[in-house]
Amino acid sequence: MHYIILCLILFSMGAFGVLYRRNILIIFMSIELMLNSVNLLMVYFSALHNDQSGQVFVFFIMAVAAAEITIGLAILVMIFRHIGSIKIDSLKNLKW
Amino acid sequence: MMEFVWLIPGLPLLGFLILSLFNKYIPKSASGYIASAMLLGSFLVVLSLLIPAVSGTLVAKEPFVLFNWIQAGNLNLSLSFQIDNLSIWFMSIITGVGFLIHMYSISYMHDDEGVTRYFSYLNLFIFSMLLLVMGSNFAVMFMGWEGVGLCSYLLIGFWFKNQNYNDAAKKAFIMNRIGDLGFLLGMLLIYHQFGTLEYTAVFEQVSKIINPNEISGVLLAITLLLFVGAMGKSAQIPLYTWLPDAMAGPTPVSALIHAATMVTAGIYMIARSNVLYSMAPMTLDIIFVIGTSTAILAALIGLTQTDIKKVLAYSTVSQLGFMFMAIGLGGYSAGVFHVTTHAFFKALLFLGAGSVIHAMGGEQDIRKMGGLMKKLPITSITFIIATLAIAGIPPLAGFFSKDAILALAFEASPLKWGLGVFAALLTTFYMFRMLFLTFFGEFRGTQHQKEHLHESPLLMTIPLMILAALTLLAGFIEIPHVFVHEGSNWFSHYLAAAHVPLLEASSISASTEFVLMGSALTLVLLVILSTYIIYVSKKTLPASSESDLSALDKLSYNKFYVDELYDTIILKPIAFFSDIFHNIIEKNFIDRIVNFSGKSIQWSGKTIRFVQSGDVNTYTIFMVIGIVVILFLNFIL
Repeated sequence: MHYIILCLILFSMGAFGVLYRRNILIIFMSIELMLNSVNLLMVYFSALHNDQSGQVFVFFIMAVAAAEITIGLAILVMIFRHIGSIKIDSLKNLKW
Repeated sequence: MMEFVWLIPGLPLLGFLILSLFNKYIPKSASGYIASAMLLGSFLVVLSLLIPAVSGTLVAKEPFVLFNWIQAGNLNLSLSFQIDNLSIWFMSIITGVGFLIHMYSISYMHDDEGVTRYFSYLNLFIFSMLLLVMGSNFAVMFMGWEGVGLCSYLLIGFWFKNQNYNDAAKKAFIMNRIGDLGFLLGMLLIYHQFGTLEYTAVFEQVSKIINPNEISGVLLAITLLLFVGAMGKSAQIPLYTWLPDAMAGPTPVSALIHAATMVTAGIYMIARSNVLYSMAPMTLDIIFVIGTSTAILAALIGLTQTDIKKVLAYSTVSQLGFMFMAIGLGGYSAGVFHVTTHAFFKALLFLGAGSVIHAMGGEQDIRKMGGLMKKLPITSITFIIATLAIAGIPPLAGFFSKDAILALAFEASPLKWGLGVFAALLTTFYMFRMLFLTFFGEFRGTQHQKEHLHESPLLMTIPLMILAALTLLAGFIEIPHVFVHEGSNWFSHYLAAAHVPLLEASSISASTEFVLMGSALTLVLLVILSTYIIYVSKKTLPASSESDLSALDKLSYNKFYVDELYDTIILKPIAFFSDIFHNIIEKNFIDRIVNFSGKSIQWSGKTIRFVQSGDVNTYTIFMVIGIVVILFLNFIL
């Protein structure tokens, strides 16, 4: 039960981080936080139900997250080279 | 020969397809010969049917089925041909006279730029007309009926660069559509009542009716509706005004429409469905009244027309009235007989008029003609023969056919006979007026025209001569029984084989009939004499401007203002209501609804697009809210 609450708190921190932080790097970290809170929950449930597949999933998610972060950081570098800033507010050209 | 029946309409159709699809590749001079050859071919096939039909060896068979056309539920329509004495007779007129007109057209139209188009329409016209008379059910007849209407539109508006001609074409088409609607409704009513459209099946059912009073209402409606169709096609009051305007087309077209095809469709249709009509005596009375009034009204208008083709046009309307008169009296065979003789002499008159117009370099006003006898001998002589025939001088064709109708009328009542004779006298007057003004006296045209005058080439005069011979001889197929002891009324007996009722031998005695003929003939001769005095001896000319006319003449010259009347009571109200609907309903309601739907979308787009701000934070907030809402709805509710 405590694990669930811990995961909820972690996930909410991540979500709020994504919504309120301006720095893209921080937003990335918050996304990681959300992913990992879910991972933690999976491991907990896997132990609870005595079922290994939950842990297998966690490995998959970690692999995918690593790949995603790699691409994300690459894009981030490109953005910084282009506009000299990694503030999310500065990316406002895609509008009506 | 029955196996080749499909060739009869097939060849003109083929001609139409060749001429219209390969329009550009066919040399202009060849197109007329192709079209004529097609028609000659189908005329020969018809001839091979006509000969056994005339000699009485034609075996009346079941309808010749070409293929199944429509099969849906109880409806079972086939494209099939009814080959009997009646349809063979009409086929002969259509292909025979049609061929002569084609031949004539080769020369008449040789320098027109659209000559290939002209001949392809002409072939299509013949095809439609053949379909009309050959069909063995009302649906095939209707197909031909519509096709004829279309072709008349195409041909009347042949010179489409002239807006007046286009209007005339549209008028013909619309007037015909009104009639066609009647025909269509009548046809549907037949199907509703009898469950089939095949002639034989329908007529068999009708003839088995024991108590006609039971369904007299339906029969009355059917026959009247079909007659409305006939009114449109055969130019009867009130739908006749298109026919004089149809003169806008080339002259051979007028001959084709007026003599061989189109206008005879109504007569054919009624003669074909005579079983229905005989069961509805009230319709016959209405037909008689309409026929008689058309005959007289059109003749009165014809009295003062100065355009050579207009005179002939009104004469056609008037003669058609005569035919309906005969039908109204129950004399179907007399009506068809008059169609036959009329086909010959009216084709002759029109082609003769075409020859005159050709010689005059396009001039159609008879006030500017005169004395053409010397320059156009063949045209003049054939024209005189036709005029004598239409006036009813024995032994020309018109005498016999008119006499047959008048005898029928006298049998019904002397008053009807009187009306018929009156119309005949009017006919005589305007025809001789035209004849004298055109061919007798001094030439009244310009010097240039006078030098240009010439007889038409052989290709034009040969059809004239053939038609003149037919006009001379055609009457002898129906010799009244008062002249001969045996072999009288051959034509009626011929048609009786196709279930056209044989009217019982006239109850009037031979002496009465001789008196009738004699008095009618005397009156006709008197009218000719007075016409001669007026237009040849005294050299009276129709007034050159309208203001010189007396009140009655003016009334007739302006066609009794019928066009103006239609304009006032039909067109003006329609235009008025269209205007109202356009200005009020259309502009204020329909337009606004349509514009509103467009504008509202534009407005909402303009407003909502600001949601797309480009701010990633806003998007993510919306996304999270969205996910929360979906989860909420999914799990909590």
